Amino acid sequence: MSVRRLAKQQPTSFAFTPASLEKAHWWLAKFPDGRKQSAVIPILWLVQKQEGWVPEPALRVVAELIGAPVMRVLENVTFYTMFQLQPVGTVAHVQLCGTTPCMLRGANDLKTVLEARIGHKDHRSADGRFSWEEVECMGACANAPMCAINDYYFEDLTPESLDGLVDSFAVGEKPQPGSAIGRQNSAPEGEPVTLTDTSLYDGSRAMPIKLPGVVAA
Amino acid sequence: MVGILEDKDRIFTNLYGLHDWRLEGAKARGVWNATADMIAQGPDWLCDQVKASGLRGRGGAGFATGLKWTFMPKQESERPHYLVVNADESEPGTCKDREILRYDPHRLIEGCLVACRAMRAHDCFIYIRGEYVREREHLEYAIAEANVAGLIGMNNIHGWDCDIRVTHGGGAYICGDEMALLESLEGKKGQPRLKPPFPAGSGVYGCPTTVNNVESIAVVPEILRRGADWFAGFGRPKNTGTKLMSASGHVNRPCVVEEAMSIPLRQLIDDHFGGVRGGWGNLKAVIPGGSSVRMIPAEEAEVALMDFDDLAARKSGLGTAAMIVMDKSCDIVAAIARLSYFYKHESCGQCTPCREGTGWMWRIMERMVTGEAEPKEIDMLLDVASQVEGHTICGLGDAAAWPIQGLFRHFRPEIEARIANYRTRRANVPGATLIAAE
Ligand SMILES: Cc1cc2nc3c(=O)[nH]c(=O)nc-3n(C[C@H](O)[C@H](O)[C@H](O)COP(=O)(O)O)c2cc1C
Ligand code: SF4
Ligand code: FES
Repeated sequence: MSVRRLAKQQPTSFAFTPASLEKAHWWLAKFPDGRKQSAVIPILWLVQKQEGWVPEPALRVVAELIGAPVMRVLENVTFYTMFQLQPVGTVAHVQLCGTTPCMLRGANDLKTVLEARIGHKDHRSADGRFSWEEVECMGACANAPMCAINDYYFEDLTPESLDGLVDSFAVGEKPQPGSAIGRQNSAPEGEPVTLTDTSLYDGSRAMPIKLPGVVAA
Repeated sequence: MVGILEDKDRIFTNLYGLHDWRLEGAKARGVWNATADMIAQGPDWLCDQVKASGLRGRGGAGFATGLKWTFMPKQESERPHYLVVNADESEPGTCKDREILRYDPHRLIEGCLVACRAMRAHDCFIYIRGEYVREREHLEYAIAEANVAGLIGMNNIHGWDCDIRVTHGGGAYICGDEMALLESLEGKKGQPRLKPPFPAGSGVYGCPTTVNNVESIAVVPEILRRGADWFAGFGRPKNTGTKLMSASGHVNRPCVVEEAMSIPLRQLIDDHFGGVRGGWGNLKAVIPGGSSVRMIPAEEAEVALMDFDDLAARKSGLGTAAMIVMDKSCDIVAAIARLSYFYKHESCGQCTPCREGTGWMWRIMERMVTGEAEPKEIDMLLDVASQVEGHTICGLGDAAAWPIQGLFRHFRPEIEARIANYRTRRANVPGATLIAAE
């Protein structure tokens, strides 16, 4: 279990932008009447997209929107670790995966880079532009080691490539997510050994067929 | 040829995202072909075909998918039936559902429609882990396409109303457990519910529900197009079909690949993953099924088959068929200690053995890594692990115990040596002089 508490310093108010509010209603519409609490995670996520983190006054606004007690929203925001309870880097927040598959391929060396470039984990850099945290497996282990920067995955990292990514973000660039060594997603590095049969892609699979298991009446 | 499975028998033909994942591309690869004919056959036929194919759940537990579907009520009532697709993929090592979600979303959507028909459900939720932002974007896009094209939704061309909606989690591994997932879907903390009641009787919103893994659902339409016999023709009896498998850790070419079930583990590593780093002789151990199974040492990995029964017989498990490979350079104790930290971090805190046990086991494991633990703590650790195992609400407690048990089962002398070594170097630990004198 991880113990998570709201930050001491909080703004006095929170309001959704019209765009976020529209998106929130789009989420609410996905769930049956009387079950709008189901939208709590997606809507808290919208708060985080808008503010960079989830401030306390937002919990009350969200509670109102989903028709649930504030306590239910507080429970969610402290339970789910994707929610940032204090401000993160304004330019980039790095979630570095530290779980065993990434560790076996060098995640600890990446931590050293982030410590040198950004500082201690879970704290913002002095200028407030960067922050990083260690997270648990992000489900991209065949491309380990990896991190998510803001929303997207950067994979097959080395200390050098991660260093370069921090440089790019620092000067305001938006580096392309994906493999840092030019791999095609989760394909093996180098020449492909499977899925090379061109007949899979020539449209022959779309020809009319009869289902084999159907017994003619 | 590499591996066992030929390209013509692969279900996931866009695994690496080299082709168009949108509707047109998916159709050209045969998705949405003859779907109306499947739907027209009705629930009994659908369940029978899936049973005959031998498909077992791809989410880790390996429960027969066709059989599970028949647990749903045979009559529709005022309580709607739900299909919930588990796309929470967070098991360390595992990254297979991700490839389906981002590069073959239409296969999953088609599978949802067919599975809904088989279970008389008109409502489907896909619960995707929150970190999969790109994956969720693709899936939402594909669902919108399918709705616009009248493939799903109300009054669709297939003749079975089916509303498919995506929602997401907030970074909690525990929400992969189906009972926690249902809680989370209702907007609560993801703390697993007790069974019974089982989801087929009372699941999301108290309605009949079936939870299935992404891969379990996505393979179904292709099984029906090619025939249950075709699918059942791969692998050993009770372990049939094709399966997405992946490797991370110390292999030369880690990747995700679809292979026939029961492929020899060594062949999988050598043919698809470029071999063990430094050669097969450099292999130390493999955790074959995502982190939540016991590891097997190199001698057993040499002869093991990638299926449920073979690995279970080795006191390990197929899990999600996501192997973590460790070579001889690896500090295997540190690798398992990091997993112990993972389980401690992800415990939902609801039951005492798990909440307290995972933290305690992690702290002791850290002492095993340095060697500063006391020799008698090994047995204490194994005792605690066995007390957590099987005494908790959900499987996370077991999952936390198994990696540790696997480590000591095969490498206990190594850790004992580490402890002894630490003691000879430090004169002031209890018993150090005795050990030094030996
Ligand atoms: C701690 C824990 C985590 C789990 N995580 C996942 C997961 O990420 N994805 C998944 O499909 N099943 C996961 N499961 C298994 C599910 O509870 C459930 O058995 C599965 O979704 C059923 O689908 P299937 O029959 O198609 O395999 C997890 C189970 C436990 C105990
Ligand atoms: S076993 Fe652990 S994760 Fe599962 S319900 Fe109990 S405390 Fe929660
Ligand atoms: S362990 Fe890092 S992505 Fe899985």
